[in-house]
Order: sequence, then structure tokens, then C-alpha cells
Amino acid sequence: MQVPSHVEYERATSVEHALSLLTAPDARAVAGGHSLIPMMKLRLAQPEVIVDINDLTELAYIRREADELRIGALTRHAELLADTQAAQLFPIFADAERVIADPVVRNWGTVGGSLCQADPSEDLSAAFAATRAIAVVRSADGNRMVPVREFHLGPYETVIGPGELLIEVRVPVVPGAGSAYEKVERRVGDWSIAAVGAMLRIDGGTIATAGIGLTAVGAEHFVAVEAEDYLGGRPADEETFRAAGQLAAAHCHPVADQRGPEDYKRHLVAELTVRALRRSVNRAYPGGMI
Amino acid sequence: MRVTVNVNGTEYVREVEPRLLLIHFLRDELGLTGSHWGCDTSNCGTCVVWLDGTPVKSCTVLTPMAHGRQVRTVEGLEQDGKLDPVQDGFMQCHGLQCGFCTPGMMMTARWLLDRNPDPSEQEIREAISGQVCRCTGYENIVRSVRWAAEHAQTEEVSA
Amino acid sequence: MTAVEEHPTPLGFGHMKRKEDPRFIRGRGNYVDDVRLPGMLHGAVLRSPHAHARIVSIDTTAAEAHPKVKAVITGETLAGLNLAWMPTISYDTQAVLATDKVRFQGQEVAFVVAEDRYSARDALELIDVEYEPLPAVVDARHALDAGAPVIRDDKEGTNDNHIFDWESGDAGRTEEVFRNAEVTVAEDILYPRVHPAPLETCGAVADFDKVTGKLTIWCNTQAPHAHRTLYALVAGLPEHKIRVISPDIGGGFGNKVGIYPGYVCAVVGSIVTGKPVKWMEDRSENLMSTSFARDFHMHAEIAATRDGKIQAVRVNVLADHGAFNGTAQPTNYPAGFFGVFTGSYDLEAAYCKVTGVYTNKAPGGVAYACSFRVTEAVYVVERIVDVLAYELGMDPAELRMRNLIQPDQFPYTCQTGWVYDSGNYPATLRLAMDIAGYEELRKEQEAKRAGGDLMGIGVAFFTEAVGAGPRKHMDILGLGMADGAELRVHPTGKAVLRISVQSQGQGHETTFAQIVAEELGISPDDIEVVHGDTDQTPFGLGTYGSRSTPVSGAATAVVARKVRERAKIVASAMLEVAPEDLEWEKGRWFVRGDPDQGKTMTEIAMAAHSNLELPEGIEGQLDATCVYNPPNLTYPCGAYICVVDVDAGTGKVSVRRFIAVDDCGVRINPMIVEGQVHGGLADGIGMALMEVIAFDEDGNCLGGSFMDYLLPTSMECPSWELGETVTPSPHHPIGAKGIGESATVGSPPAVVNAVIDALRPFGIRHADMPLTPAQVWRAAQGQPFRTDLAIQ
Repeated sequence: MQVPSHVEYERATSVEHALSLLTAPDARAVAGGHSLIPMMKLRLAQPEVIVDINDLTELAYIRREADELRIGALTRHAELLADTQAAQLFPIFADAERVIADPVVRNWGTVGGSLCQADPSEDLSAAFAATRAIAVVRSADGNRMVPVREFHLGPYETVIGPGELLIEVRVPVVPGAGSAYEKVERRVGDWSIAAVGAMLRIDGGTIATAGIGLTAVGAEHFVAVEAEDYLGGRPADEETFRAAGQLAAAHCHPVADQRGPEDYKRHLVAELTVRALRRSVNRAYPGGMI
Repeated sequence: MRVTVNVNGTEYVREVEPRLLLIHFLRDELGLTGSHWGCDTSNCGTCVVWLDGTPVKSCTVLTPMAHGRQVRTVEGLEQDGKLDPVQDGFMQCHGLQCGFCTPGMMMTARWLLDRNPDPSEQEIREAISGQVCRCTGYENIVRSVRWAAEHAQTEEVSA
Repeated sequence: MTAVEEHPTPLGFGHMKRKEDPRFIRGRGNYVDDVRLPGMLHGAVLRSPHAHARIVSIDTTAAEAHPKVKAVITGETLAGLNLAWMPTISYDTQAVLATDKVRFQGQEVAFVVAEDRYSARDALELIDVEYEPLPAVVDARHALDAGAPVIRDDKEGTNDNHIFDWESGDAGRTEEVFRNAEVTVAEDILYPRVHPAPLETCGAVADFDKVTGKLTIWCNTQAPHAHRTLYALVAGLPEHKIRVISPDIGGGFGNKVGIYPGYVCAVVGSIVTGKPVKWMEDRSENLMSTSFARDFHMHAEIAATRDGKIQAVRVNVLADHGAFNGTAQPTNYPAGFFGVFTGSYDLEAAYCKVTGVYTNKAPGGVAYACSFRVTEAVYVVERIVDVLAYELGMDPAELRMRNLIQPDQFPYTCQTGWVYDSGNYPATLRLAMDIAGYEELRKEQEAKRAGGDLMGIGVAFFTEAVGAGPRKHMDILGLGMADGAELRVHPTGKAVLRISVQSQGQGHETTFAQIVAEELGISPDDIEVVHGDTDQTPFGLGTYGSRSTPVSGAATAVVARKVRERAKIVASAMLEVAPEDLEWEKGRWFVRGDPDQGKTMTEIAMAAHSNLELPEGIEGQLDATCVYNPPNLTYPCGAYICVVDVDAGTGKVSVRRFIAVDDCGVRINPMIVEGQVHGGLADGIGMALMEVIAFDEDGNCLGGSFMDYLLPTSMECPSWELGETVTPSPHHPIGAKGIGESATVGSPPAVVNAVIDALRPFGIRHADMPLTPAQVWRAAQGQPFRTDLAIQ
């Protein structure tokens, strides 16, 4: 089996301790490790120091605070999947978690770890983008808020710098909104061929708030901006959804690979946008829209 | 560096390189070869053990991450000479052929049954969906776990 | 199926808990990587990143300077020992470590021996190889183009990439039938490159003892004796000083038949260092360099009458063998048993031509439960029959039923000369249709189609050819494919059976004990089965091609009958009657007409070792040996039906049901037979929907990890519905035919036929595997893509 190259190990005893350890060049935080360690085994990542933050259990929580759902960065995927409050407020997260990796990996992988890995095919990025979440980044100087839509700089690159740690993701609660995540993969546990996360709030018969996140298709910041702008003020019907889907498909940048050719991926974006929007509406109005 | 890891109730203290994967620690350092490895990308699941009571792919854990923690492997399923109902179930229902995926499957099954004593077929299939078997087509693995659920209090000490 | 606790241990055939299970469920299996010897070192292979390149230089100084490295071996080192190249099973040569060129991505270039596996891995990075990349031959369809780069310029007189041409059947007659046929249909059908991917990778521990001169090799090989003989022939080591031990194997599926360069390097490493050397490949090495399977580019044609009488099948095949011809099949069959592409139908004529070519890919081709290319043969005929059904507007089950070989035609000689031993094909197909509720399914499909939903029903009927084979016709590198068995009965009546085949999960320790039990009436619990160690077992060619039951199983029955006959003579001495006056009931010989006068096998065993005076012709003890030379292959068959639902918007296929009716003749242990079928059915879902090893235009392997080479999980597999018919093999001592590969053979066409059937509203009659969501969607658009190359 492939094995990592030499690395030093430190275990953080507190957030402050972690921050000081992370100032070292080529230091990487590890929680679940299921993004970082596979890359270390393939020697695609060769950090000098691993900072184990698994003891920072104060960073594992899901709670409602005022008008936000706050998710600690150390929350395991399995925990977010199982959380009834989160599922009620944002079914998009339960949808996404259900199709992230597999049950054993979900025991250990964390929400924060996935976001920070910044894999273009990672599912939570689009889900958090669709819900306009905010990343809370702590450093020795305190917290800074970074909208998830500005968190990723490119594949495997985020705004997190040396001496910084993602500690929480805050999701603004939108009363009356419905959300959903739709993913197509070649096989259970595989990365998305393409996936779409949507959140909708309807007011007075038309769409008041819309968020559309795209996975694995090279969408900038995982967002379908043109589709979102189109939806605002329009009726929440099939025709609108189809048009939004076409816009989302036209404005992303899927690349042909062994998961599929470009035309198929664009098709999926269009198709899954419609399905995600449709389910979002059905969830907002389970009895049907009046 | 020095690590202390409790495995199946016994505490082991060893000097290891920080990069040593937990699966290699268990197999090569401690001689507990019941857990296996079969891939490079955390896909196959033959390395599944419990870490602090939760199944994990031990090929994706660095040994120091298990320092001060509890590990349970297939060797720790049998208690006081009595087989776990899961082990019995796999024998009763032909849930194994080459046996290579079996330890990992049993560890996940045991954890599932501890939390969900009466799982449906679909729930069993979901629970093991991150672990591959090339021999059984999964049918008899599911039946074995159902058998274990139905025979939770097994008296038999099998040969 | 009920759990075995409800079945008492049978005295012979029947449900029985496996004797090998107690160690596996305790995590006490003994696989090669579990082997730990004092002073053992670890090897690692440096592999080529290029598909085709000249080696300019190799600098190993930095690696050799690593404090934990004990030896670094290159092709140059081996050349000095005349071991840089080794023969393959197909009478070609393969590089052990590259000398002049590398010819596929992943090819072995150097071998490091170090104190531990981590240091060995580190040391690989310290070896500096300078390559001069060359254009690669990736697309087999262009391997024979004028001006294509010549891969095997190491072979004198070779100036192209052609390996062989082989044909079977009657070309003239077939052409005549086609010319006069009312309907002819043609289709290009690819069976893409796939991989057996057993969960345990290949590996070996080589231990050369300088003092005794004995070489002991632990290796997860399916053919330990063949390996021993090959090491003797190739490395010039005395064969009586070589011991190959095949311990527990974590799956073989034909991946663990040949000798891989890593094994040879481990042997050399042990000789050079004087210590045991372990080499275990990782998963990427397994997928990129060990024996792949299939890669047959087929052009199939079928001729029929308008009302559905199939008259002839013709197939032209381009076989991609990779950079070295390493296919493992009997000598006279370069395309294996592909000749059974005639399928399960009564044809007037048939003809095939197979052309083998080299490409810059890993060697192999015969693996993954193919029964020596029977998977390819069955796939092409079952696909083209379905395409014919489509063109005729006929139900595919009805078309098959109309053309199946009838029971009274057996033994049936097909148009390419294979003699199918027995079968009741219509009954097998009818049973599958009954279990499936075929007519109801078609009605449901009609309703679904009217509503715009895509539902598919796929039918496949297969005839397998297994149990190689008659030594007159079948040998591997000149070693006849007969197998031995030795049976020894101890004074207290317990027995030890030694066989030459090697289990990788098929349950031989149980089923072979059951064969002896059936013949002698000794409990299977009292019969020890020994296999895998060449020092402890008789010679034989190993387990693959489903040959264990047909050949070794037969040998076991024969040797047990020999023991029974010897027991008869001993019993006659004990009872003071003539042997002709004795009758047998399971477990004892008794006097005809006086059943109370009898002796059990246990009593006879003790007497055979005692001071009892024995008659002429018997030497005491009850031991016997035999070598079984099968008179023919055996021909298991089956009818499979697959039901799928396809999401039109995404192309995602969901397998709703799978019905499998198998006929493998007499079943030794139904529980084990069903387990074998279950496993093979999952293979079909894998190959039909997700498994492929593709390459980009530079020859980069795109299936080199389990993230890319996808295996089906518990979620993609339905709950299998099994049935059986039993037509014993007339020539096999216990009427058994073998089952190991049947399901892998029959399931891919069933699944593909189902998906294509689902796409009928789009006017689709064929698309190549794997039918991933992208491929399904593209097929529905009328634009399927080539699955063996990089997706553009």
C-alpha cells in the first residue's frame, strides 16, 4: 500500500495551541484525515507537520443561535446527517451528507475538513454556497467572517492562511425556505459527476430568495449566479426552473473526464437544477403551493 | 515517537514513526493480522476497525492519532471464549468465502447491531456500502447480519 | 435459504457449514502478508511512468546509500543472471525488469530491498531513471497500421505488432449461409478491458536458504505446482529444492495464476541478501500491471430466417494482449475457448477469426473468471442474438427458446467442434422465466413505457466450457492438465485428502471432504483436506477455469473409490468371504443376504493396519493415489434475467431484480454453489455498469485505483433470486460440472441486454459497456462513446 513520506506529529490541546502550531510553514490541520491522509499516502501532499485537532471537541456542535444555524468545524459528517434540527431547517445538508463518501468515512470526516480540502467535487461546498453560509476563521487576532462564496480560491486552495483555523460555519436561517441537493454519481460513494444544491424562498407567489450551488463542474465559488439572478421575482414553476437550469448549465465549466463528457455534465446541471428547485418548493410547501 | 494505544483491552506502548498508518501498526507492530488492507484510496474497507467505539478505515489514520485511544479489532470480537453472534452468523449463513473482507464487515455489523438491533435489509446494505466484497455478492453477508440480529443471545460456543 | 444450523452435517453432499470458516471469522486466516519470518526484508518495485520509452540510464546510487536499503536490483543485474526476461504462459517472453525499453505504464524497472516497507517505498524515490519517451500504441484498432511504432523490437525479426491469427469453424459454409439468409445483422461489440481486482493484492515471500539450498516461496498463487516447475525451468533451480506454499488467498479470479516480475525479484532479492524477502504489491500496481481481462474488439454477425430461426454466427475479433503475450490458457488455444461463441443454439454454420496484437499496456487478457475467453464468447453471442431480436421485432426470450439446443440433441457437437455434454436448456430458461414472472414483467414494461418511464428486461442464456482438460489436447507450457489426488485413511478411520488445486475462497476444504464422505461414508468433519503446499500435495495445474470440481473433484471421487475397493478386500478378509459376496452401503461393506455381517470403514481402517492376514493383491493400509485425465470438458449452463429501471434524465441505471437459474450438474454443497453464483452476479453488474480500464492517447492508465476502477457495492446489487436445474455430466464420476465462473460469464450480457431493452424507445439496439450514466444518456442521444479510451 502507498504510504506517506516522513512527517512530524503534534496534537493540539486547545484552539490557541492549534493556532500556534499552524503558524509553522507546511503545517496542516487534520481532523478526520480522510481528505488529507489519502493525499499524503499518494505523496501528493507532503506537509512537514500534522496538527491533530481531534481533541478540540468544543468545535463539534450544531446549534441554533438567533437567526443562524451554527455548525462547528469538527462536526462529523455522520453527525450533520443525523441532526434533526439541521435536517428540518436545511434538508439540503441531509441530502448532501447522505451521498458524501460512505458511512464509515462519514464517522470521521468533518464538515470543516471537507470545506478546507476544497476539492472541486466536494459536495458541502455547493450546499453551503447555495445557503449563503459564512465561514468563521480564527487566528491569534480573533475571528474573521468569510462568506463561503469567497472561501475557495481555486482547486485545493482556500483563504485559510498560516496560523488560521476554520472553526465554524454559520448558515442564515431563512424562514419558509425549502432546500434540496441532487447528485448523480457512477456508483455509491463516488465523487459527483455533477450535483446541484438549491434553496428557495417564495413570497407572494414569486421567488424572493434563490441559492444555487454547483458541484464538480468548475462553477466559480460553486455558485450558479446567473441562474440565481434569473429566478428572483419569477414564479416558481417548471418553465422558470427549466430556464434557470439552462442558465446554470451554460455558465459553468465542466471538463470531460472518465465520469463523463462535457455535454452530459452540462445536461446534468440543467436537469438537476430543475429537480433541486422542484424539491425545494415541495419542501417549502409540502401540501402544494397555493 | 512513543504512542500508547489500547487494543482490545490491552495497552501497548511502542516507538513509531508518526507516519505509520494504524493498519500497519496493528498488523506489523502488534501482529494482529486479522485486519487487512486492499487499496490505496480508502475505498475497499478491509481495514475497518473501531477507534473509540466507531468504525474507521484504519489505513487512513496515522498511528499517533490513536494515541491514548481505544481500538477494537476482529480479534476482540470473541469475548471469554464466546464468539460474537456476528461471527456465528457469518458461519451459519455462508457470509464469507475468501475471508478477506470479513473482519471489516463484521466490525461494521457489530457496530450497526449495537445501535440498531433490528436492522432492515436496506439498512444493513447501507451500513456496509463503503466496503467491498468480491466473492459473495453481498447476499449472504446481509443474511449473516440478520441472523446475528435474530440470535443476539447466542449460547453456542462454536468450534 | 435457511441457515445451516438447521441442517445436520451431511454424510456426503448437501448443505454444510464450511470447515475453513472458524479461522477466518476470528481473523486468523493466514494470507501472504501475514507471513512474518525472522530477519525478513521488504521489496518494492519502481515502475515506469511512461507507456513507451527508451531507458537512457538508471542511477541507483542514492537508493543504495539509504541506510535501510539492503539491495537494489535492476534489469542489468538480472541480465547477468539471465533472468531479465522470462517466458510467459503463451510462449512469449516478458521483461522481469526493463533493460532496453519500457513498454507499458507501470512496467517494472527496478527492485529495492529494505528493512521495512516504508523505507523501501522511500528508496524508490531515490532511483533516478532517464527516459526517452516514444509514441505509444494505445488503440488496438490502430496497432497494425502501417508505420505504427513497433513495440516488440526485442524480438528478432519482429517489425509490427501482430501476435497471431486464429480461426475456428467453416468460413466457406458460413459465408454461404449468410449470402442466402433472409435476415443478416451486424454489430460492433466491445468487451472492454477489465480487471479481476481480488481484494487481496498479489504478493510473495521468498526465502532462500543458502545452507540447504532450498527455496521456499509463500505466494498467493492459484497454481503452486505450475509455479514451482516454472521456477525450476526458468531460473535453473533444482525443482526438488523448491517449495511453493500457497496459504489462504484473498480472492484469485484468475489474477493470481501467472508468475509476476515481483515474485522473481523477491526470489533474487532473497538469494542476494541471504534473508527472506517479502513483496506485496499495492492496489495501483495490481490494477496497472497484473493480468487484466478481456479487451476483445468484436465484429459480430448473425444470419436468420425472418421468422426467427438462427442459422449462423460469424465473429471477427481483434484481441488486445498488451505489451507481452501473457495470456494464460492451454497451448493449442491462443484465443482460449472462444470457439464456443456458437452459444446455446442449434446453428447450421459458424466461423470466427481472432487476431492478437500488442499494445503499450499491461500484459494479460485471460482472467476474471473468463473460463478462457468464454465470457467474451457468451457476451458476443448473447448480444448479437438480442440485436437480432430487436431487428426482427421478436421477444428475446421467445427467440432464444425457439433456437436452443434440445435435450435429445445431447451430447451436442457445435459448429466449431466442441462437444457439449448434457443439458435441458428449454427447462432452464422456462424456470428462469417463471421465477421472474416474465409475462407480467413485459406487461408492466408496456404500461411504464406508455407513461414515459424506462424499464428494461434482459435475458441471457449461456453455455460454459470448463474443467480443462484432456491432457492430449490441453497443456500449459507443455504440462498436461491432468490433476492428482492422494487419499490416506488413518488406523482410527480418519482421512487426509491431498489435492493439487488451490482454493481462494471456493470452500475446497469443505466440498472435497464432502466428495470423499459421499464415497466412503466417513464424516466430512473427519476428513482433512490439504492443499496449497507443493511439498505436501500431488502435482496438478491449479484452480482457474472452474476446473477444480470437474478435474480435482473427479480425481477425488476416483481415489476415494480406489480406497473403497481396497477396503472391500480387507473387509472380505475380516469377514472371511469372497469380495464378490460383499455389498456397499454408505460407510460399510456387508455380506449380501446377511446385512448384520458387515464392517464399517473405521473397523476396516484399523484392520488394514493390523496384523490381519491380507489376500493377494493388497499391500495393507488403505492409501491410494490417482491422476485424473478428464475425457472432455464439462458444460454448465444457465438462464439469467435482469430487470432494470433507467432514469431518463440522468442515465442512471438501477438493477431492480436479477433471476439466475444455473445448471451445474450435481451440486456437492448447494450453499457453496449459491455463494459462487451470488459473487459472479455482482461481477456482471460491475462490468456492465461501471468497471473499465481505459487509457488516454499517451497510454496513461485511467483505471489505476479503486477511485477510478469502481467495484459494485451492496447498494448496486439487488437480492439475488436463484433457481436450479440439474443435468448431470455423463462423463464426470459424480456428475458435477463446476460453477465457479458461470455467473460471471452469464451476468454481463443479462444486464447489458436489460439496459438496451430499457432504451428501446430511443431506437437503440447496442451500446458498449460499461453503461455508466454518461454512456446511457449518450446512447439515448444516439451518440455512445468508446469506453476503452479517454472520454473526450
